[in-house]
Amino acid sequence: MNIVVCVKQTPDTAATISIEEGKATWGDAPLVLNPWDEYAVEQAILTREELGGKVTALSLGPEEAREALKLALAMGCDEAILINDPLFESADTLIVSRALAAGIMKLGEVELVFFGRASVDSDSGVLGSQTARRLGWPSISWAAAISHHEGAIEVERMIDEGRQVVRSSLPAVISVVKEINEPRYPSFMGIRKASKAEIPTWSAESIGIDGSLSPAVTWPEMFAPQVKSAECEFIAGQSAQEIAEGLADRLIAEKVI
Amino acid sequence: MAKSILVYVDHFDGKALPASWEALGAAQQLNQKFAGEITAVVVGHQKREIAEQAIAHGAQRVFLVDKEGLNHFRPEPYASVLSQILRDSEADIFLSPNTGRARELAAMVAVDLETGLSPDVIQLVLEDGVVSATRPIYAGKLFVKVRCADCTPQMFTLRGRAFPKQEPAPDAEGKIELVEVAFPEPVTHVIGYKESESGVSLSDAAVVVSGGRGVSNNPKLIAPQDITDEKEKEIWRAQQGFKLIQDLARVLDAAVGASRAAVDAGYVPYAHQVGQTGKVVSPDLYIACGISGAIQHLAGMRTAKTIVAINKDVNAPIFKLARFGVVGDLFEILPELTEVLRSKLGK
Repeated sequence: MNIVVCVKQTPDTAATISIEEGKATWGDAPLVLNPWDEYAVEQAILTREELGGKVTALSLGPEEAREALKLALAMGCDEAILINDPLFESADTLIVSRALAAGIMKLGEVELVFFGRASVDSDSGVLGSQTARRLGWPSISWAAAISHHEGAIEVERMIDEGRQVVRSSLPAVISVVKEINEPRYPSFMGIRKASKAEIPTWSAESIGIDGSLSPAVTWPEMFAPQVKSAECEFIAGQSAQEIAEGLADRLIAEKVI
Repeated sequence: MAKSILVYVDHFDGKALPASWEALGAAQQLNQKFAGEITAVVVGHQKREIAEQAIAHGAQRVFLVDKEGLNHFRPEPYASVLSQILRDSEADIFLSPNTGRARELAAMVAVDLETGLSPDVIQLVLEDGVVSATRPIYAGKLFVKVRCADCTPQMFTLRGRAFPKQEPAPDAEGKIELVEVAFPEPVTHVIGYKESESGVSLSDAAVVVSGGRGVSNNPKLIAPQDITDEKEKEIWRAQQGFKLIQDLARVLDAAVGASRAAVDAGYVPYAHQVGQTGKVVSPDLYIACGISGAIQHLAGMRTAKTIVAINKDVNAPIFKLARFGVVGDLFEILPELTEVLRSKLGK
């Protein structure tokens, strides 16, 4: 089975993010494989281990994004491809989904595409659904467990209200949540293999996208959230009961409850 | 210039989600500037009652799509229906709650119509005749203004509890139009459903009580003898600690949250996780118990109106965000707080 996992490179979630010249910056904080995507990569590899086939990691991003692809390879993906082109510099999700769908079609005979639930930088959480729509394939989001049944899949989805089981034909696009697995650490051999691996770059033209692309959505301004100025009011007392009374009274006096 | 606003009403198991009424509230705020028309869209099977509720919540008109094949929500046929309605009605602005379903639906419709979508919006303002939205990025560490000047429609999904919910006006008037729209046969089938056991939903909760790693550190608790594994002993202790959190949550009609550390340690299921890789919540009151306040956790709850922190370490970063703090042993304070609130609130 040909499996694709779409990944993105993001700043580490522990990074302090600030604004420099109108753009987000994270200082010396490392760039990592988007944490949600680790689960997608793991699930893609688990699927190959169960059913055989090949896993291709696909990313649209700058040159540095190779590092995220290398991690995907070190975890056990068979191949990696970087879609990189100046045309995609300020791409919004409409453009990225178009490029990813075109990349998936170029790979050919893909049956399953995995995404992480969202990326921790732009936090949109729409790319999997949009790529599925471009491909005309069903989108199965928030997958927490997957079982395979001859050309069909059954997926347990973690929806806001509970757990829902859906059955779908293939090909399909699946976005996964954290509960689905425990991502493996790259093995020593995996890291060695990844460091030597060639990661081809696909240009916009090579996936059939040309002309000028203008994003529908722009981000004209970024700003930091206002820091709450209120000092913390510490509630003290001689006993736990006195403290509890004090806190309850303050919460009621301030009409918090 | 008059603009028309279309609001998607998300519903599940026969009930509209309260966040849908917030979207109608946001539509009314915007409409004060346009004097346009607010139309709600209800898609499903036998959902006329929800259409009537939409009118009570401020819709001047409702497009109701009633098809047996649309009984279960599936994003693909719903998106086809909604895209067609947006094309036919030439709406200028599309609003929906940022629930999982509605966001996925909006994402697909944006592709169908090749238009821009701003998900998870917390503010909408009118600037030079164009609606501009503000949304958090990097899990709320930054905010970004989003513009979509040439989009028709401009599409926004609205974060829960960021916009005022209108109280229903039972005598409000509006018309319900039954709309016939073709949709493709869905290729996915819903074959099972189990309601979550977690009680109050985190995203909608007005109050959240959360526990962290500290919840397992009650030195006075001795695990039963049949648990020999150290890790299992720790989990057992944490589960006793989370019972205290659940007790307090029950008195406050609150949802139970947890830090990533508590989830990763196996104390509570992932569905409870608040933070950058969990749920983002904006309750009126957030009570953090035994949570030190890692940056990823703060990202998930910093927009709470009032934060209370209970922690034994006075230097815990959570106190920097907190309005009220208690430096102390949560195992002593929580049971007292639960009792005090139970009597003061008359529960």
